[in-house]
Amino acid sequence: MSILQTPGSDGRFGEFGGRYVPETLVPACQELEVAFEDAWNDPLFRADLDQLLREYAGRPSMITECHNLSEQLGIRLFLKREDLNHTGSHKINNVLGQVLLAKRMGKKRIVAETGAGQHGVASATAAALLGLECKVYMGEVDIARQELNVFRMRLLGAEVEGVTSGSRTLKDAVNEAMRDWVASVETTHYCLGSVMGPHPYPFMVRQFHRVIGDEAFEQMNDATGTSPDFVVACVGGGSNAMGIFSGFIDTPARLIGVEPAGGAAVSRGQPGVVHGMKSFLMQDEYGQVAEAHSISAGLDYPGVGPEHSYLASIGRAEYPTVTDDEVIAGFQLMSRSEGIIPALECAHAMAWISREAKNMQGKTVLMNLSGRGDKDVGQMMSILKDLT
Amino acid sequence: MTGRLEATLRTRIDGGGKCLVPYITGGYPGWVDAVRACAANGADAIEIGIPFSDPVMDGPVIQQASQIALEGGATPVSIFQEIRTLDIGIPLAVMCYYNTVFHAGHERFANDLVAAGVSAAIVPDLPLEEAGDWCVAADAAGIETVMLAAPTAPDNRLPLVAERARGFVYSVGLLGVTGERKELALTATILAARVKKITNKPVLIGVGVSNAAQAVEASRVADGVIMGASVVNRMMDGGSEAVGLFVAEVRGALDRASW
Repeated sequence: MSILQTPGSDGRFGEFGGRYVPETLVPACQELEVAFEDAWNDPLFRADLDQLLREYAGRPSMITECHNLSEQLGIRLFLKREDLNHTGSHKINNVLGQVLLAKRMGKKRIVAETGAGQHGVASATAAALLGLECKVYMGEVDIARQELNVFRMRLLGAEVEGVTSGSRTLKDAVNEAMRDWVASVETTHYCLGSVMGPHPYPFMVRQFHRVIGDEAFEQMNDATGTSPDFVVACVGGGSNAMGIFSGFIDTPARLIGVEPAGGAAVSRGQPGVVHGMKSFLMQDEYGQVAEAHSISAGLDYPGVGPEHSYLASIGRAEYPTVTDDEVIAGFQLMSRSEGIIPALECAHAMAWISREAKNMQGKTVLMNLSGRGDKDVGQMMSILKDLT
Repeated sequence: MTGRLEATLRTRIDGGGKCLVPYITGGYPGWVDAVRACAANGADAIEIGIPFSDPVMDGPVIQQASQIALEGGATPVSIFQEIRTLDIGIPLAVMCYYNTVFHAGHERFANDLVAAGVSAAIVPDLPLEEAGDWCVAADAAGIETVMLAAPTAPDNRLPLVAERARGFVYSVGLLGVTGERKELALTATILAARVKKITNKPVLIGVGVSNAAQAVEASRVADGVIMGASVVNRMMDGGSEAVGLFVAEVRGALDRASW
């Protein structure tokens, strides 16, 4: 039996998950659960989605063997190139699925939260393509550090609303998107951007992203004749990690989800409930949710998807942390060694691989390069002043 | 067994009156005086909000009050300590998000409420399907768990919600978060009528009931109202005096109306 779970109607992965939402949203979540199951099992829906992924998003994404880094680090390093997807990250996989589903459900409008702006851009893109109205909530701190993505979303016809409450980052953008959804649930689909939130989102979003892992499993087999020894991905909410882990969960590969030291839900959090789910959560002694601090807006999140909490609890995946300084070094290392500028989120995975390479000598390592770094160049210019 | 909150509301209803339950954000500067002002001016019960970092059911007013309370160092423990000293003679319900309960532990939280003299709890992000464990602990401790009925609930769901509710059924007045609105939403009385049809428990409308006229309009169908943002707004602008005047005005309007 696969370790990959299909949650029952209680939406649980072990003790984690569930559906902790205001009563107003319960029927909408139930409706979504049924609609997703129906669509997922409908060959016509799957064919439509596959066609979009192929002809619009550019799937399958290739794998790249990093010869220079491999030599430097004494490992055999492969990248799964989600950065080459349309809109520049893995986020498009989930968004095309959800927006297609929203349309099938007769919804006229989507709302989305975004941190770094990648999910917001992907949502705005899919909404433009499929003709739905789109509103994106984004913390004001993130708007300031990701102004290019804000402009992209507006260019694509989406409305972007700054969120001024709380830490003014991703967690508060989720709150505001949920508040919008409570008021607009009859016409609106909440296009949640990670493997988090109330059931069925963690399950549904993972299913939409497992194409990453399924492709990579075949590609690694073709390239090396076997599965990699390590599969490494960054984790904020954890969607790109769940996507690639899905393909290797039943292989002997060690699964490594790298969290930022300032947003380490699994290693520093305790079980808690926020944003509709029970999962590991950074919180204080009274259960107030802590504010995460990370150089990367996309990982600035105090919680984590419930399936990651489950995989951590059974010991199937590991969740180490890296510091912002290690991330900055990882960002430059990949850029200079391979000619690939990674998203700051993915630079977390690079940073871990670089730090731990001494313990992986001769091993095959597959890293999910979940997004490209163009969006981060402006922010990095102000950090790497000696280059300007 | 009927709990203290439900019994108190029933006394009002059986006497031909309508219930008024104001909401006050616990821990906000001057909140204890505001609670006393509510009690002194005709509230039947008072809902005390335990501020939470991520209040997804609350609009800007209660969000702001919560944030100020948290920045001032309010915790569930400090609020319970102050509640214990209140002695105002009417039942109290706390409104808190589920992580506050879960983090403390169900039994401990229920016992803390009892020790503080609180009768009931409203947990807006704990829907029926997730409420089981908490309800077991709450029932055992004698804490009444108020359940929310939403305008989106299909007919087959409402009886399950009403059946599980203790104290009263909280009939959500609109699709949206807490906050004042110019008009009472049409959905408010439509939903309350649906709930009244399937339960004998008191049915109170809350969320979007913003002034005395709207309270009267809502109470044409419901057994009374919960008033949150309008009360908290007055607390933030004018302190306990403004709260007292407002509660007295709504009480007067409810008492003068003929039902």
